[in-house]
Amino acid sequence: MVLSQLQKGDEAIIVRINADSTLRNRLSSFGVMRGEHIKVKGCSLAKKTMEIEIENTLLALREIEASKIEVSQVAEVSQ
Amino acid sequence: MDKITVVLAGQPNVGKSSLINAISDAKLKVGNFAGVTVDKVELDISYCDEVACRDYIIHVVDLPGAYSLVDYTQEERVTKNALLEGDYDVIVNVVDATHLQRNLLLTSELLELGKKMVVVLNMIDEAEAEGIEIDEKQLSTILGVPCIKASAYKKIGIKEIEQSIVTVSQDDTISNKVIYSDFIEEEIAHIVRFFKERRYTSAIPYRQLAIRLLKEDEKIYKKIHEEPIWIELQHLLREALEHLYLHAGSKDLKEIFTDEHFAFAKGAKMEVMSRKSMRAKSLTQKIDNLLINKYLGIPIFFLFMWILFQLTFEVGAIPMDLIDASFSWLGDKAKVVLGDGWLGSLVADGMIAGVGSVMMFLPNIMILFFGIALLETTGYMSRVSFMLDGFFHRFGLHGKSFIPLVTGFGCSVPAYMAARTLKNEKDRLLTLFIIGFMSCGAKLPIYVLFIGAFFEAQNAGNWLFLIYMIGAVLGLISAKILHLYVFKGEDEPFVMEMPKYRLPSLALIWHTVYGQSKSYIKKAGTFILAASMLVWFASNYPKNQDIQDSYEVKIEKVQSQEEKDKLANEMQSQLLKESYLGKVGQASEWFFAPLGFDWKMSIALETGLAAKEVVVSTLGVLYSLGDETDENSASLRTQLKEHIPLPSAIAFIVFVMIYLPCFAASMVFAREAGGWKYLLYLFIFTTATAWVLSFIAYNVSKVILGV
Repeated sequence: MVLSQLQKGDEAIIVRINADSTLRNRLSSFGVMRGEHIKVKGCSLAKKTMEIEIENTLLALREIEASKIEVSQVAEVSQ
Repeated sequence: MDKITVVLAGQPNVGKSSLINAISDAKLKVGNFAGVTVDKVELDISYCDEVACRDYIIHVVDLPGAYSLVDYTQEERVTKNALLEGDYDVIVNVVDATHLQRNLLLTSELLELGKKMVVVLNMIDEAEAEGIEIDEKQLSTILGVPCIKASAYKKIGIKEIEQSIVTVSQDDTISNKVIYSDFIEEEIAHIVRFFKERRYTSAIPYRQLAIRLLKEDEKIYKKIHEEPIWIELQHLLREALEHLYLHAGSKDLKEIFTDEHFAFAKGAKMEVMSRKSMRAKSLTQKIDNLLINKYLGIPIFFLFMWILFQLTFEVGAIPMDLIDASFSWLGDKAKVVLGDGWLGSLVADGMIAGVGSVMMFLPNIMILFFGIALLETTGYMSRVSFMLDGFFHRFGLHGKSFIPLVTGFGCSVPAYMAARTLKNEKDRLLTLFIIGFMSCGAKLPIYVLFIGAFFEAQNAGNWLFLIYMIGAVLGLISAKILHLYVFKGEDEPFVMEMPKYRLPSLALIWHTVYGQSKSYIKKAGTFILAASMLVWFASNYPKNQDIQDSYEVKIEKVQSQEEKDKLANEMQSQLLKESYLGKVGQASEWFFAPLGFDWKMSIALETGLAAKEVVVSTLGVLYSLGDETDENSASLRTQLKEHIPLPSAIAFIVFVMIYLPCFAASMVFAREAGGWKYLLYLFIFTTATAWVLSFIAYNVSKVILGV
C-alpha cells in the first residue's frame, strides 16, 4: 500500500521510500523516514495534493510523491 | 574592539529574522527573499567577562532558511556554500523548539562542519504552551555546544545568546560532535588510530578526516590520494566501507549517513524532550479544518484575494491620484519657472513625469506586499499552494503562481515582484513569463476605446470580459508550452511544510514591506526614470522647426479659438510623425502591415512600450485631436471607426493583449528574472506570439466578416 491510497484520518507506518536521491533527501530532511508514524490530515480537490502529519510537522505532498512512499496502515481510529 | 562574525543558520519558519530583530533591537535595513541574497547586519555588543569588560562588534550574517544541507533548493545551496566556504567564527543554529526532532536533523549536519556553534531553542514560550518540555542542559551535553532557550517574540534569552556567542568565540576547544551508531564509530576509531600511529600531519582533525573519508568526500580523496599514506590507507578504507555496507544493509553511503543523522536527531529528542499534554496544537488544526476545507477552502481564499485586490487597487488609487496630481502640479510649476523651451520640457515632461511614474506604483506595491507578507508570515500561503497546486501544476506552474498572476490583472510591476514568493527558480521564471498575459489595468483604456468604437454599447461588458479571459487562457496555454519546450526537465518534488499558524509581528511585516519598497525604488526606479527620459527624447527630437514655424504662422492668422486648437493639434501630430519615435513607427510599418495596422497604429503601439496609458493619447495626437484625449472621447471613436477596418481593430486588440508590458514593468521583469537576457527572451516571445496571433485574428476576421 502506498501513501496516496490512504484517506483523510488514516494513520500508517512508513515501510519503504521508493524515490530517487533528490526526493529521498527532501523527505528525510522533513523526517519522513522508514519506521515513522504518519497521519493523513486532508486532501485537496481531486486528491492532487495531500496533507500529512509527521512528528508534529504538517507536510504537503503531491500525489506523485505520495505514491512513492510505501506504508502499512495502522488500525483505523474510531472517530 | 574584537570582531566576531556570526552566521545564523536554521530551517525556514524558525524565526531567524525575528531573532535578529530582537537581538539588534533595530529595524533591519535589507530584505531577504528567494534565497539569492545573504544579508549582513552589523551590531555592536559590549560584553563583560569576569576579567575585564570588553567591547565586541558582532557581525550577523543571516543565511537563507534550509531544511538540510543537501542542495535541494537555491536557498539551501546558498546556505551550504556560505557555511562551507564563508569566513566566520561562530554558527548560531536557530532551532524551532516546537519541532525539535526535525530541526535537530539540520543541527546534526551543522555539527559535522566542525565549527564553533551555539544552538538557540527559539519559540520556547510556544513550546511550553504546547506542553513541551526541553532539558537544554542535557541537550548541551549531547551536542557538545551551548543550548539556550529563547523567544524572540517575548525577548527571552537574548542576553544569554549574546554572551554565549562571545564565550564560544573565545574558547578554542571544539568538543561538538555527532555520535554515530557503534559500527560506524568503530570504523572511525580504526582510521583515527591509523592516522595517529603514522603521525600524519593534517589541518583537519583526525576524526573529521575519517568521517569525510567514509562519506567519500571528493575533496579529501583528491588531496590524500597524492600522498604516500594513500597506499596503506586505501586498504583500510576498503575494509571499513565493506563493514559499513554489511551492517547497514545498504550500499548507498548517502542513505547510510542520512539514516544516522536521523537516528541521532531522534535519539537526542527522545532524551531531552518530554511532552506533558497535546494542548494548543489543535488550534492550527481547527483553523485548517475551515481554511483548507475541500469545498470551502477555495471560496474563502478567493474572498481574501478579493479583499487584498480591493485594498491594493481601490485604496491604493487614493494616494496614487495624489501622487499623480502633485507631480503634474510640480511639472506645471517647473514649466512656469523654466519656460516652455527644451529645458522646461526635459524637466517637466521627462524627469518629473518619470519620477512621478515611478512613485505612482509605490502605494500599490506597499499595500500588496503588506498583504502578501501577512499571508506568508501567518502560514496561510502554504495552504494556498496546497489547494491550488492541483490546478496550476497541470500547466507546469506552482500553487503559489496564483498570486502573482492575479496581481497581473492590476499591474504587472507588483505582480513581477510578487513572484518572489516562488522559491523554485524554474517555477518563478515560468510565472514571470506569463504574467503579461493577464491584462493589466493600464490596458483597460485601450480596450474601452476600441470596444466603444467598434462594438455595440450593450455588449461592451461581455467583450471586455472575453478579452480578459482569452488573455488568461492564452497565458495558461503558453505556460504549458514553455514548460514542455523551454523550461523543461523534471519537476522538482513538491514536498512542503505547512507551518503552524502564527500571529505575525508588525515589525517583521513592516520589515518586508519596507525592504521591497526600497528595493523597488532603488533598483527599478532608476531604470524607469532613465527609460522615460529616453522616450521623452525620442518623441520630441529632432525638432522640426519648419513645421513648427509654418503652423505658428497659421495659428496666428486664424481668429477663433476652435481653429487655433485644431491647428495646434495638427502641428502636434506632424511633429510626432517627424520625431525619432515617429520615424521608427513609419520604418516599422512593413512589420505591422500584414496585421492591417497603419503607421499611426504602429506608433501608438511603440509609445505603448513606455506605458500602456500612452497608447490612447498617442492615437489622439496622431488623429489630430490633441493629447488630452481619453478613451471616452467620442470624436476619437468616430475617427477610429472611419480610418480603421474592423479586422485591423481586432488584430490591434489582440496585439495589445499580448505584447511587451510597459517600460516600468519590463525593468522590474529583468531584475526579478535575473538578467537582461531574460528581457530579450520576453521581448522575442511576446512580440512573436502577439504578431502570430494578431495575424491569425486579422485574417480570420477578414474571412468571417467578408471584408
